[in-house]
Amino acid sequence: MEVDEVVRLPRLSRVAVCGGTHGNELSGVYLVRELLKGRKQVMEEEERPPSVLTVLANPRAVQQCRRYIDTDLNRCFTHAALKGPSSGPVPYETTRSRELNAALGPKGSPGAVELVCDLHNTTANMGLCLIAYSDCDWICLHIFRHLQRKMPDVPMRYIHFDVSNKESYSLDSVGKHGFAMEIGPQPHGVVRSDVYAAMKAGVQHMLDWVCFFNSGSTFEGEYVDVFTMIKHIDYPRDGETRNITAAIHPQLQDRDFCLLHPEDPLFQTFSGETLRYKGSEALYPFFINECAYYEKGIALSLARKRRVMVPAIRVQTEREEEEEEEEE
Amino acid sequence: MEHVCFCPLSRFAICGGTHGNEMSGVYMVREMQKQKVDQMGSVSITSILSNPPAVDACRRYMGTDLNRCFTDALLSGATTDDTPYELRRARELNAQLGPKGSPEAVDLLCDIHNTTANMGLCLIFYSFDWIALHIYKYIQSKMTSAPVRAICLNEPSSEAYSLESIGKHGISIEVGPQPTGVVRADIFNMAKEAVDLSLEWLHTFNSGSTFEGGEVEAYTPVRSVDYPRDPTTGEITAAIHPQLQDNDFNILRPGDPVFQFFSGETVKHEGEDLYPLFVNECAYYEKKVAFQLTKKITVTLPSVGVKKD
Repeated sequence: MEVDEVVRLPRLSRVAVCGGTHGNELSGVYLVRELLKGRKQVMEEEERPPSVLTVLANPRAVQQCRRYIDTDLNRCFTHAALKGPSSGPVPYETTRSRELNAALGPKGSPGAVELVCDLHNTTANMGLCLIAYSDCDWICLHIFRHLQRKMPDVPMRYIHFDVSNKESYSLDSVGKHGFAMEIGPQPHGVVRSDVYAAMKAGVQHMLDWVCFFNSGSTFEGEYVDVFTMIKHIDYPRDGETRNITAAIHPQLQDRDFCLLHPEDPLFQTFSGETLRYKGSEALYPFFINECAYYEKGIALSLARKRRVMVPAIRVQTEREEEEEEEEE
Repeated sequence: MEHVCFCPLSRFAICGGTHGNEMSGVYMVREMQKQKVDQMGSVSITSILSNPPAVDACRRYMGTDLNRCFTDALLSGATTDDTPYELRRARELNAQLGPKGSPEAVDLLCDIHNTTANMGLCLIFYSFDWIALHIYKYIQSKMTSAPVRAICLNEPSSEAYSLESIGKHGISIEVGPQPTGVVRADIFNMAKEAVDLSLEWLHTFNSGSTFEGGEVEAYTPVRSVDYPRDPTTGEITAAIHPQLQDNDFNILRPGDPVFQFFSGETVKHEGEDLYPLFVNECAYYEKKVAFQLTKKITVTLPSVGVKKD
């Protein structure tokens, strides 16, 4: 592929902004409520492309200010889970994921919304992260670069989970393109002004970018640093009770995306002993001490960083769209 | 001020998990039970996980807030099939560590809590308890890892509603900021240091040392302030303002910003100069408290020592 070749991509006619997928991650809950309020006021105004769907993903969990009622909604979107048996007692979130799939998908079909942005918070010191299943979704990568340029005071990273479309499990995988916008640190059940403001700005800049894209702007090619998740590390646990026996070491706590070298301190036991990282490769830690991951057996995740060359892109013209349809 | 004498303080109870998602206390008690810590010099130690089902579920409480169940009235009520779990549990704890107000009660009860507010290490106790105040003075002089402050609550003993009021002397050790459900090593270490220093003080006291009097600063509650709310839904419509967020114990003056609406406007503080704390404490959203306002006072302590035969 030549460096100056511009990739043409279809229009992004519908964008879904989802909050409250985890009911106690409050920035997204309050932002979605605010957007819904605002939309009531602009209904008479001319509709600017794209059309934006604003969704409170897990209303019952939001009402109780809990991550989930029966099961983690953001793990319910694999093809298998979406199609699964519909007789017998079904967890609330399974029913809800199928409703969301019908409204925003169906996943993998031409009817799916073009872009899903799912809003999350983390107790880890991660700044703003876009988390996606692909490291070659040029739409997501260009949106990331746009946010970086527009919000230079907010630390920002692109995280790639190398999971196939078949196995992708989160809400953002329902759209043709999608990512989670994850901002921390914020305790669950708490809304901080600074985190809320960053999320509000991030969503606004994303929607602005989609407008620019749809109206024919070309976005120049450039390099983006991508963090690809390699593995997780669990806490040390008591053999019998499975209770954790150590906390993240003070020298690692809050140091998301600072390179972790072999033999660096990893955990501090409750009796004061230091446990060290025994891997052979220096990797980038993230989701360090995320509250919700204790039960998933994750104390921190580790990533490799690499530079991805993102080509220039612009929207397909109507004629190009027609030509593509004829080919298919 | 005259020197005050107390009987030896030989029975110490440490409680964690009174709120099941405040993790420093949970892991401290678990570690003490694992190490079978039951004595330190002249002091016998009981370590208790106050609310085990809430700890298992990693929730603040199952039915009702355990740490509001210790008034005389609530403790003396009859237990029936309809009694919420935490009220039953409060009565059990009262039997085990109290009874509140009786000679059988433990000498010192420390209850470990965490807050999402940026409060460092806070010792909270009822009225002017000389023992608690001396322990505070001692901890403040020894601890360098975090600011140490004292909050004196105004309730008389019969109305005191929290667990530590069961002991003859009681201190709630509140450490933050830490998200609920999370254990941070630095916060755990602060709480542990405070407990170790309390034990050290007790042992030194029992051995016959006199602790000199002096002046200490403390904070007493004046009032609490709720979030602005939507009158129909009751939902909050603003967050703590960025200039107040994380600024617990920094004086708040009239005109200082306190809230920022999600739509952007600012709400300002009205009234006298006061000190805010529990700023943006997660568990207080449902109690309709965005922050508490306190005034700073100076307390004069007498010297204290153990009664000698």
